[in-house]
Amino acid sequence: MFYYISKKLFVSLITLFIISLFAFSLMHLLPGDPVINVLGEGATDEDIAYWRSYYNLDQPILKQYVLWVRNFIKGDMGVSLMYEEDVSETLARRLPVTLAVGIPICIVSIFFGILFGVITAVKRGTWIDQVLTTMANIGIASPLFWFAIMLILIFGMQLNILPFRGFVAPSENFVEYLKSIALPVAAGSLGFVAVITRQTRSNMLEVLNQDYIRTARANGLSEVSILFTEALKNALIPIITIMGMQIRIIVGGSIIIEQVFSIPGIGSWLIRAITNRDYWIVQACVLVISIVTVFSNLLVDILYGFIDPRIRKKWR
Amino acid sequence: MGGYSNRLLEVNNLRTSFFITEGEVKAVDGISYYIDKEEIVAIVGESGCGKSVSQMSIIQLIQSPPGKILGGEAIFEGRDLLKLNSSEIRRVRGAEIAFIFQEPMTALNPVITVGKQLSKDIRTHKKVSRKEAWNIATEALKAVKIPDPEKRMKNYPFEMSGGMRQRVMIANAVACNANLIIADEPTTALDVTTQAQVMELLVSIVKEYKTSLIVVTHNLGLVTRYADRIYVMYAGRIVESGTCKEIMKNPSHPYTLGLLKSVPKLDSDVDEKLIPITGAPPTLLNAPDTCAFLPRCPYASEICRCNSKPELHKINGGNHLIACYRDIARLKNEHDY
Repeated sequence: MFYYISKKLFVSLITLFIISLFAFSLMHLLPGDPVINVLGEGATDEDIAYWRSYYNLDQPILKQYVLWVRNFIKGDMGVSLMYEEDVSETLARRLPVTLAVGIPICIVSIFFGILFGVITAVKRGTWIDQVLTTMANIGIASPLFWFAIMLILIFGMQLNILPFRGFVAPSENFVEYLKSIALPVAAGSLGFVAVITRQTRSNMLEVLNQDYIRTARANGLSEVSILFTEALKNALIPIITIMGMQIRIIVGGSIIIEQVFSIPGIGSWLIRAITNRDYWIVQACVLVISIVTVFSNLLVDILYGFIDPRIRKKWR
Repeated sequence: MGGYSNRLLEVNNLRTSFFITEGEVKAVDGISYYIDKEEIVAIVGESGCGKSVSQMSIIQLIQSPPGKILGGEAIFEGRDLLKLNSSEIRRVRGAEIAFIFQEPMTALNPVITVGKQLSKDIRTHKKVSRKEAWNIATEALKAVKIPDPEKRMKNYPFEMSGGMRQRVMIANAVACNANLIIADEPTTALDVTTQAQVMELLVSIVKEYKTSLIVVTHNLGLVTRYADRIYVMYAGRIVESGTCKEIMKNPSHPYTLGLLKSVPKLDSDVDEKLIPITGAPPTLLNAPDTCAFLPRCPYASEICRCNSKPELHKINGGNHLIACYRDIARLKNEHDY
């Protein structure tokens, strides 16, 4: 098991290294000098030289990369030229906001996805299956931004029962926090509830037809026990892959949600940085998002082993 | 022997159908049979003749829809199993009637250890602690002669061979002290070398624990060595029944005769040819009312074509029953079949 995880970890680190190369190259591959871009054409040579040396842009490119990585690991992601804000500090402020919306999205979609999936599989062919399956298809087909706007229109503006702008930290006021994330979480989880529902349904249907389920029935186990202990564990194996994607979405998928609901997280920050060509923020965001992605994939690989002994035995 | 008090299970006129889009498939079309305590009974027939469905029906294990038990009764120790509700029948399944299925490779849950599966089944029926259940399960593995049972308890099914898994299934029946074991093609999926071992084990378990055994199989050769009585099924009906000895000595339904002729015997001449039964088993979907074996029967005559399905009736006095209009014993000498 230790060997397996360290192998996976090694592969993850290589992936991160390659991504860091891409993120670093951003500044050098895009046309225009990043400093002049921000300071404007009228900047004095002195100013330009000062900022260039501040960002090590006057150094050889390999050394720039090494310095950048070293600073990044130390937690120094530079200072945004545009707003003169410390990138690490802002990241530390904005990342929890993104997580405070993203983690509930994750929990809600996994919970309801599996629940609906099991219900539709057990009650297949009945009206409840048809209603939920149709809803799942709509959920997969409708674009996130459209659904978000619809939620704002209905619950925010027409019924006026839920706030649809801004974010309240849970430490400040927990009830207000729940209210402020209600619509973003609903919008963000719809697609994933739909995907997980469909996947769970088809996996459950397959598993429920297996011989060992018949054995369990013939041994007098109750239907509930069969569903949740015998069948679900087998059905979960393919679902975990989707859940892995889900974890990534906490950070990566926040862009649209945060923009639509004006939430001061990483997503809205990244959009602002891209429009302003604020490379240092973009680099930081790209790296954070890819670190989360890589480690969620690692987590999925490990989870597989915990659920499926056939995979675990290969670890040795 | 053979008195009613000794009767363990008596099935009367059991009918099970599957309703599919094309129509009704009469998988089990009114069969009656019984088994006494400590008896070994075989139900023999081709694939799809309804022998498995009839056994699954008596513990209500037919998936509905599309399956449905249409009628009949299954009196087991004084109560009708078909009339029990879902929680009552659950207490019978596994605890009083244990099932052993054909496919040991897929009959155990792949992601749960053998020990946990066995203990869980034990705890479903007995009020014992986890540890006690674990010990009972270990003892059961020992009883079915699995070497190193303590270690094997922690194994997953994929770490065991087919024969070993089938032993685990038998251990399950042992652990729950079932009165009746129904083995549905218990050796069909196994290697020939393991088949005999598993069958010997099953029979010795039955003798040792004084349980009864119904073996469902298409292998007449397997049955003759162990069974007390035989029921031959064809197209959802019983076509011949009697003691093993009687049927082997005097097979009277053309289908039974065909089955015997198509199986090699150790004591037969080397150049004696095996004779297959011609044609294919009938579809049970919207079948005509005439004898189901008619299209394949070498003895078919006018009486078979003009009348509806023959009922089981006694021949040769005793307990030998056949569902056939023709007296094969006499005809056998005339035809070179």
